[in-house]
Amino acid sequence: MAITREEVLHVAKLARLELTEDEVERLTHELGAILEAVGKVAELDLSDVPPTSHPLDLVNAWRDDEPRPSLGLDDAFANAPQREADLFRVPPTT
Amino acid sequence: MSAVVDTLRLTAEEANGLLARREVTAAELHEAYLAAIAERDPELHCYLRTLPYEAGEEPNGGGVPIALKDVISTKGVETTAGSRMLEGYVPVFDATVAERCRAAGLSVLGKTNTDEFAMGSSTENSAFGPSRNPWDPERVPGGSGGGSAAAVSAGLAPWALGSDTGGSIKQPSALCGNVGLRPTYGTVSRYGVVAFASSLDQIGPVARNVRDCALLLSIIAGKDECDSTTVELPEPVRLPEREDLTGLRIGVPKEMNEAEGIEPGVAAAVARALELARELGAEVGDCELPRSVEYGLACYYLIAPAEASSNLARYDGVRYGLRVDADRFSEMVERTRDAGFGDEPKRRIMLGTYALSAGYYDAFYGQAQKVRTVIAREHAAAFEQFDVLVSPTSPTVAFKLGEKAANPLAMYLSDLLTIPSCMAGLPGLNVPCGLSEGLPVGLQLIGPQFSENRLFEVGHALERALGFDPVPERLR
Repeated sequence: MAITREEVLHVAKLARLELTEDEVERLTHELGAILEAVGKVAELDLSDVPPTSHPLDLVNAWRDDEPRPSLGLDDAFANAPQREADLFRVPPTT
Repeated sequence: MSAVVDTLRLTAEEANGLLARREVTAAELHEAYLAAIAERDPELHCYLRTLPYEAGEEPNGGGVPIALKDVISTKGVETTAGSRMLEGYVPVFDATVAERCRAAGLSVLGKTNTDEFAMGSSTENSAFGPSRNPWDPERVPGGSGGGSAAAVSAGLAPWALGSDTGGSIKQPSALCGNVGLRPTYGTVSRYGVVAFASSLDQIGPVARNVRDCALLLSIIAGKDECDSTTVELPEPVRLPEREDLTGLRIGVPKEMNEAEGIEPGVAAAVARALELARELGAEVGDCELPRSVEYGLACYYLIAPAEASSNLARYDGVRYGLRVDADRFSEMVERTRDAGFGDEPKRRIMLGTYALSAGYYDAFYGQAQKVRTVIAREHAAAFEQFDVLVSPTSPTVAFKLGEKAANPLAMYLSDLLTIPSCMAGLPGLNVPCGLSEGLPVGLQLIGPQFSENRLFEVGHALERALGFDPVPERLR
């Protein structure tokens, strides 16, 4: 199953990856080959089979809703690329 | 001081004995491993960083050192997951498994190398350079947990923790000749572990023998309120003692033992192990997993990348990790992600995003989730007749660095035999079962969910009977 260059660019946009021209070319080729291999799942007729999203038979995991200490501000910002007061600073969005 | 400690041979259980009898102190033991690391790790590159001994609270007189795969957060110690994206990232809290190790008195020797974000089968995808196989440094130690597995085999740690999504504990243990367990999904907390594919990720032990592996599982297993997928074990972990296999029913899935690509030397070593199992009293019979092997890999390479694309969305240059500056927010995010992720994470993010995107979701991700049900049902049917299932862990022995690096699909096939049971959340144990071309061959034992004690008993009995020497020949 082939994937076009336009599709690769579209998916890269969705994934927030700014790919270089070389990467776009290589990924178009590689993803095509991988999609052909994984597309094999389509061979099976599984219309009656329920999906599995989680391998354990767990239904809800509740705990009491009690306040407790959480990460302090200095810890939360310890690895921040840029902090301003009690905020993460980022470049303008527009 | 450390003259009495032969780190190449010492098991964790023996180390516990030395400590209990005060023949060695925890600090001396730690130093002995650091000395071995200084001697052998420049060649093998198992560790991304090592740590000095830190006297902790040791109520049990513990003190056996341990190595942790670098996807496991360690408070105050850089944790990179093998990625430039997290270079310089210093966690402000311990992963639950790291905390449990420390609480049990284990001293952390260092952080071991891994394929970037645990994506790979050789550690060649580490942004910090590959690890090498202690049996032959021209060859890979497997992956993604190649650093942990190689460290244990080279006597650079008595035991270690790894993480396994589709084979990242079992396959490196097979290629390095030691014992690795992927526990039942939900057995061990992933809190504080860098996430890859959350419906598959499990933490597990790597050790020189089965008893050590069981001992380490007993330290890390059990419910954790910080990871709501964890459950309490139905029975405590027992250290295996049985030496026979009387009454045990071993199933040999045809598709997993006759798959294309299994090397003759690997098949022969597994056949000898099965012969020994019969001599120990086990009944060995054939069974089938017709669709688990044929469709397992395709199923995995849809579900794992889909979940990875979602998990790795958090690396956006805002709160932690790499940031590449730009004038606008969206450019900053896109440039950061292009610069921070290596080729394999990018491939998987792209593949996963594609599989989850509008118009393809049902055909790819939705269909793969149904295949997952089929795989679980096939295994459940096999366990109606058999107690454990057996196959090679890896179709091949350790391959050469560079041999598969240029071909992602060939690399993915390394996990052909480890993947199906992972999809079903089943535990799997790798036990070394001999050599082929002078390199270790791993035997994979698969059991029903929460059958770890059974796997340990079978592995222990076989390990005794096989008499495999886990020390690489060139280091003896």
